[in-house]
Amino acid sequence: MPAALHILAGILIPERGGSKNASDIAELYALILVMATIVFLGVEGTLLWFLIRFKARRGRVAAQIHGNTRLEIGWTVGAAVILVFITVVTFIKLPGIKNPAASDIDANGAKVASTTLFASTDQPAPPKGASLNIVVDGQQYVWRFQYPRVANKEVFSYEEMVVPVGMTVTLDITADDVAHSWWIPKLGGKMDALPGYTNHTWFKADKPGTFNGQCAELCGRNHANMLARVRAVPFDQYQAWYDRQAADIKSARDEAAKQRAQIQKQQQEAAQRSATP
Amino acid sequence: MAITSEPPVTDTTAVRAAARPQIAARGVTSETRGWTSWFTTVDHKKIGILYLYTTFVFFILGGVEALLIRIQLGLPENTFVSPEKYNALFTMHGTTMVFLFVIPIMAGFANYVVPLMIGARDMAFPRINAWSYWMLLFGGIVLYASLFFSPPEAGWTSYPPLSLTDYTPQAGQDAWIIALHIVGLSSMLGGVNFIATIHNMRAPGMGWGRLPLFCWTILIYSYLIVIASPALAAALAMLLIDRHFGGTFFDPTQGGSPLLWQHAFWFYSHPAVYIMVLPAFGIVSEVLPVFARKPIFGYKAIAASTAAIAFLGLLVWAHHMFATPMSTVVLAFFMLSSFLIAVPTGVKIFNWVATLWRGTIEYRTPLLFCVGLIGVFLIGGISGIFLAVFPVDWQLTDTYFVVAHLHYVLFGGSVFGIFAGIYYWFPKMSGRMLSESLGKASFWTILVGFNLTFLVQHSAGLSGMPRRIYEYSNHDWTAYNLISTVGSFVLALGILLTVINIAHSLKRGAIAGPDPWKANTLEWFMSSPPPENNFDVIPRVRSVEPMKDIRRQVEQQTGVEQRYQPGRGLTTR
Repeated sequence: MPAALHILAGILIPERGGSKNASDIAELYALILVMATIVFLGVEGTLLWFLIRFKARRGRVAAQIHGNTRLEIGWTVGAAVILVFITVVTFIKLPGIKNPAASDIDANGAKVASTTLFASTDQPAPPKGASLNIVVDGQQYVWRFQYPRVANKEVFSYEEMVVPVGMTVTLDITADDVAHSWWIPKLGGKMDALPGYTNHTWFKADKPGTFNGQCAELCGRNHANMLARVRAVPFDQYQAWYDRQAADIKSARDEAAKQRAQIQKQQQEAAQRSATP
Repeated sequence: MAITSEPPVTDTTAVRAAARPQIAARGVTSETRGWTSWFTTVDHKKIGILYLYTTFVFFILGGVEALLIRIQLGLPENTFVSPEKYNALFTMHGTTMVFLFVIPIMAGFANYVVPLMIGARDMAFPRINAWSYWMLLFGGIVLYASLFFSPPEAGWTSYPPLSLTDYTPQAGQDAWIIALHIVGLSSMLGGVNFIATIHNMRAPGMGWGRLPLFCWTILIYSYLIVIASPALAAALAMLLIDRHFGGTFFDPTQGGSPLLWQHAFWFYSHPAVYIMVLPAFGIVSEVLPVFARKPIFGYKAIAASTAAIAFLGLLVWAHHMFATPMSTVVLAFFMLSSFLIAVPTGVKIFNWVATLWRGTIEYRTPLLFCVGLIGVFLIGGISGIFLAVFPVDWQLTDTYFVVAHLHYVLFGGSVFGIFAGIYYWFPKMSGRMLSESLGKASFWTILVGFNLTFLVQHSAGLSGMPRRIYEYSNHDWTAYNLISTVGSFVLALGILLTVINIAHSLKRGAIAGPDPWKANTLEWFMSSPPPENNFDVIPRVRSVEPMKDIRRQVEQQTGVEQRYQPGRGLTTR
């Protein structure tokens, strides 16, 4: 079954295989697809059969039937039963899609022994292991990712989000200017980024890899160029990237501060020169 | 024409007769002719024809825009149009097809056919009728005038903040707002008119249980327009205030909410889907029994399901917004209400299929388009179930899967129905038959082209292609898009065949006679095209198929066989 889903992903079912929520959505989709195919073949088959079987011919007389109450009730109930079934399956699958799964690793990258199940329709932090909370900010036409401060280090990145494999990543999604929509197909469904609102979703990359996506809500002329990329790496590599990024940002900030100070000094000197006759 | 009761002459014998008022017509104007009559007419048939021509021209314009979109997307990293032109193209395409083609062409058919079907001599308010047509044309001109400065670019949904002046300062966006205001006024005026007409002007004996199903759908179409359109008008007014008069309804930096627009917009635009598709369903419910030579299966179920779809259609708007911040309870409500619509929709499809059962099916072009509608609309209905399941929708929304779905519903549902209507009623409107061979060629080309264009778009969406992107560099999407582009040209060829058919048959088609299909409803009672006053005598209606009764009566009185004979062909010269 999973092998079949893998081949069909992106053709007959949604993309999957990066994170549990994407895979669960694909499974739910596949299940509805099975029921839909049965209904589709049933109706189209009957339609074609009637069209061929009851073609007008000399001597054939149409039966003057006006309806049948039992039949009406039958197919009304039949259609309702299929929908009730899909509803039940959806709500069984929902917690696994909506609620962040527990991390496999803790804040130091060590394996977490066991995970406990929980079900809630809210968006609580995962109960076991550490989670990484990233603020995703949509801007015309780039994504900005703000990482939490560890040891008072400031880390952010644009376009590419680097995350540790096996750690649950919760996202707070918002936008600066117009509406955008966050979407990495293999890592789950999309969530709109609306200015003035914070939206939530999550993913947990099961294995290292690069996952591509792009903005899914029309945001202006270069909407097509607002790309996003998630790179999942082992925890130590993530740690190294985090520190390097923090150092880069710090040195850039220091450099900027230095330049600012220099400019200020030059301006003060110039002011003094012009003040003295 | 003014009909008044004349005061009697002062004669003693006449005084006694005055107990019975005499009816006399005064100031009867002769039928206006010539090209100027098209500007001054208040005749529902002429206005209907104006509607049909105007909307079909907009259909061609919207179609050309679609072809340009498809050329651009045919290959990855294509530079056929610039990003701003591309955004303008899909904005104009969507706006044109929804507001200037599908919704008003239904008013066009209804204008022509509803008074004839219910045995009325005109619409309830003929002058308002003319007004609503001219508002439609002016609205369309306002929108298309923007081509000469800066066409709107924010999509037919025009979500703020993108549609606010900070991000879209161009006047094209204002043209879009004003155009929709005018067109919205046109469709509300039309809606009120249809409601008044169908409620009050039915022939004697035509109770609600004998109202033709097309008229049922037009009645419900009108109620939906009257209920839902004011929400759009309000949203448009707020957007205009935000853009030019210092309002902040949708501006998050000033405490406004972009979500407010989405709710107001979809409160109109989801019912708009049913506004567009229910009349097409009405056409199917008229055409199928005629060509299956069998009464419609489950008349009451079909009429009731139309009302049920409309009612539920007012309660599902937020399923367009499943990816916005909403609580699970709200998501679940809109998922379930959307599911509920599938039941009456299924009931309609089952009843249509059952109508064919044990019939004698005559393969004419109108029937082919109706059967085609059932076949392809089913796919749109089923893909709607996937979209209604909100966790699945998180993957599908705003992708090409949605583009495919909405075209299966609006092309597969509405446009197939519109073509069925054109082929079915053209003989009544023009007095001539459309060519069957060209019609069938057109049908098969459209069916193949349509599926070629839109079936693969489901897969493009599933593999991650968002809608409204002017280019893509993911080469996994190339094959899907190339197939789609080729298909769109096949589809365009199919539509062109019908245009040629109409142009040819207007002058050279076979003479239709009053009732070429041996149909069931009253519009086939009078000559083709009908005289200006429609009916000299309004027949009494005794069933849902009055023409069957009338043919039987004529047969008894004259002894001339009037009924349809299987395998003998329909057209009589």
